[in-house]
Amino acid sequence: MTEPFDTTIVLDDPPVATSSDEAVGARLEAVGISAWFGSNKVLDRVSLDMPPGTVTALIGPSGCGKSTFLRILNRMHESVPSAKLSGEVHLNGQDIYAPDQRVTETRKRIGMVFQKPNPFPTMSIAENVTAGLRLTGMKVSRSERADLIERCLTRGGLWKEVKDRLHEPGGALSGGQQQRLCIARSLAVDPDVLLMDEPCSALDPTSTRRIEETIRDLMLDVTIVIVTHNMQQAARVSQQCAFFLAELGTPGVIVEAGPTKRIFNEPEDPRTADYVNGRFG
Amino acid sequence: MAVSVETLDTPRVIHPGYPRVDRIFHGSARTVAIVVLVVFGAIGLFLGLKSIATFHRYGTHFFSQADWNPELNKIGISATLLGTVEVAIVALIVAFPLALATALFISEYAPARIKATLVALVDLMAAVPSVIYGAWGFFLLMPSAKYVSRWLHQNLGFIPIFRVDTDPHAAIWAQSRYTGSMFIAGIVVSMMVLPIACAVMRGVFAQAPPGEREAAFALGATKWGMIRSVVLPFGRGGIIGGTMLGLGRALGETVAVATVLFTAFEVKFRILETGGNTISKLIAERFGDATTVQLAALLAAGFVLFLMTLMVNTLAAILISRSRSGAATEI
Repeated sequence: MTEPFDTTIVLDDPPVATSSDEAVGARLEAVGISAWFGSNKVLDRVSLDMPPGTVTALIGPSGCGKSTFLRILNRMHESVPSAKLSGEVHLNGQDIYAPDQRVTETRKRIGMVFQKPNPFPTMSIAENVTAGLRLTGMKVSRSERADLIERCLTRGGLWKEVKDRLHEPGGALSGGQQQRLCIARSLAVDPDVLLMDEPCSALDPTSTRRIEETIRDLMLDVTIVIVTHNMQQAARVSQQCAFFLAELGTPGVIVEAGPTKRIFNEPEDPRTADYVNGRFG
Repeated sequence: MAVSVETLDTPRVIHPGYPRVDRIFHGSARTVAIVVLVVFGAIGLFLGLKSIATFHRYGTHFFSQADWNPELNKIGISATLLGTVEVAIVALIVAFPLALATALFISEYAPARIKATLVALVDLMAAVPSVIYGAWGFFLLMPSAKYVSRWLHQNLGFIPIFRVDTDPHAAIWAQSRYTGSMFIAGIVVSMMVLPIACAVMRGVFAQAPPGEREAAFALGATKWGMIRSVVLPFGRGGIIGGTMLGLGRALGETVAVATVLFTAFEVKFRILETGGNTISKLIAERFGDATTVQLAALLAAGFVLFLMTLMVNTLAAILISRSRSGAATEI
């Protein structure tokens, strides 16, 4: 068992989908994304390909626009009143911002896990898992429902811990369990893509490790994009990596993107090398 | 290496040593708080003491006698007490959906630029003197509301509370039978309940956690779905508490009710029919020309009202504070 928080980054060969044909997730492709809050531009023409069967890590210092970019990928960005954007996001070739696309359908297909665990406090663990079905009007029979709850909690790595107390409130779980419940909840609507916004930053090392294991288990079925401030985590879970940077007074850009191993071991840009080696940020 | 020292293993006294400015502020705040409690307790005590003679004199008849006729030594509050509750219930039934919809619109749907204006307007409703509401009810509402009353009588008259002692289908119908009713008084009072209930509901809706709101949206929820799964369950305590706080207001409303409601001392459930009474209306109208015995009886009626509103408001305060702390309330 390796220590989760080594000070040096030792790169194992990152887990790779055996072949992209086997991966059943969807391809997500951002093309020329710029974003503004009011008149303040925070992202400048960012493009990134997130292929199926992979985990893409978005890294970079605070305030470089990676969370904004992530929220653009499932149309959560537009829920902020002053937020604007340009560019396109393709989900299996279809622009999710096209006029004929429904925002609710897009968010159902592209799930999201947030920094702070946010299970619905008034609902039980089981109800939390099926909340997405109710919210999107998907009908399941009683027997399917029980199967679904077990399957999603198992995929979220939480089933063993909660199987005897499915009817207790979701808010009574520990932080790490709540976060895995949120992952299970996202999986219940069967998304093609799962976006994770620093999912472990509020969690202890053991919970972090559990969630990273969950990510590895999920990546064959679901395309995963994860924002993280933890370089070791990016190295442990991702196959490709994008380094965001917003230099003083300029909007955020992707300085460098590519296979995680290359970004960490042979970065092309000196700023990337400085960041991944902890010299700034 | 641990060094073992012989110590007394008992809790020691800790002196917090607050600075003088803290002690002064603490002391004055506590004094004011105690004064408020003492004044409030004194009111209750005064009413209670003054009521003893009346309760002693009339016994349980005080609660069973409908008439208030000192000349015949018939004094009781059964009709007025029932009227108070009926007017308050009508007010709540009218105000609740309006307050809920207004609060939801302001906190969830209203564009940011008109939000402040809307909040100010609704709050302004609470600042309008109740005599104005009384005049509005008498001159503007009553002439139109009697058609609503008649319609309710015609269509729902088979339900006892919607019955009126006249023929609703008569060509020349008895319009005066539908005026000055507890139904109309309740509508007027609802206008005064609405801003209170709305303000409390808006407060708890605004506190619905943003994280859970985003969680619902990220699962593909519509706005209404998000409201149903996050905002309403979170605000349930505030919805109930705010409504009950409004009920406290409704129970005690005096001037507007006295203006709109025509006086009748009768135990009745026919809310659409003219006439009725409430405790506060009774006190206001009989206070001026009351004899000593009458005055004591009015104070006893006031004491009953005081206890009722105290209970309702205390329950409301408990529900609201539990809701604010985020704990789920089961009611």
